[in-house]
Amino acid sequence: MSEKWKMLFDMFCSFLKIGTFTIGGGYAMLPLIEQEFVGRKGWVSKEEIVNILAVSQSMPGVIAINASLFVGYKVGKVKGACVAAAGMILPSFFIILMIAVFFNQYRSVSVVQNAFSGVRAGITALILFTAIRLARSVINCRSDLLIAVFSFLLIALFEIHPIVVLLFSALTGLALFWKGKK
Amino acid sequence: MIPLIQMEMQNAGWLDPKEFADIVSISQMTPGPIGINAATYVGFRVAGISGSICATLGVFLPSFLLIMMAAAFFEKFNENRLVKAIFSGIRPATIGLIFIAALFFAQVSVFCSPLGIENVGRFLLAKKIESPFSFKLNTGGLIIFLLIFLGITRLRLSAILLILISAVLGILLF
Repeated sequence: MSEKWKMLFDMFCSFLKIGTFTIGGGYAMLPLIEQEFVGRKGWVSKEEIVNILAVSQSMPGVIAINASLFVGYKVGKVKGACVAAAGMILPSFFIILMIAVFFNQYRSVSVVQNAFSGVRAGITALILFTAIRLARSVINCRSDLLIAVFSFLLIALFEIHPIVVLLFSALTGLALFWKGKK
Repeated sequence: MIPLIQMEMQNAGWLDPKEFADIVSISQMTPGPIGINAATYVGFRVAGISGSICATLGVFLPSFLLIMMAAAFFEKFNENRLVKAIFSGIRPATIGLIFIAALFFAQVSVFCSPLGIENVGRFLLAKKIESPFSFKLNTGGLIIFLLIFLGITRLRLSAILLILISAVLGILLF
């Protein structure tokens, strides 16, 4: 029992860290999640992280919260999910309260703006790195590569909604299964 | 999600559009999920600390219930062959989505303005050029991007440390 609570506390602390440094939405949290839970702790596999991201994106709600609930559930069922989401929500809740109460001019301070411009460039590099890392373990054959490239192009060039792309890829997965290729 | 919040707030007469625009941009440049930030802030403006607690719980609860059901479902059926086949198609597509996210962040940091890649798509569909493909690098952003990329690929530094470094570099370079 105490072993389990230790693990939950450990996960809570991880999510506090991730919640504090997730800047700019669900995908920005991916490099942090990957490093913490796939790399350092080994609680979730690369394939699972990609599955979780896909489902979190397809469900209503905030992607980062959905993903943290999933990871939490994976590690410690409903208790784990609550702990993970609490860790994810608390930092942003308190930071926003501080800003709302004490620091209304926050947005127009140029140091803050410049810091965030820097962070966006840094996050670009982190997401690109994570994308390449995950691609290496998820993309195993030519049909996988084709699906990935087509999905990218459909969204980038033709502004197709990501959910539609995921739906088509699910059907492609089924079709390949019936053709006996998987 | 942001347009939904805006509609609700205006229909209820709780926030005017300008105040709402401020809240959205602050939510985007504050740590934490944008949806949670916006809910906390909107709740606070409308009804103080208790308002922010209610708003945040309100955003959280539907997600919580849905994801618990979905997670229980996947736990039960993740060995099912059809579910496996579906995810074997979805996983590579999700990799495409992650590259899209990287592209999206690059457009607001490494480049000065959105690249207008969708114009290439429109050109392919309609065979006429509506607006040109723009390509203007942001030197400071590019330097930070390259340094952070080296930091994670070569030095294997922690992502949190690299985010802090990129904030400092942003203050120094911009």
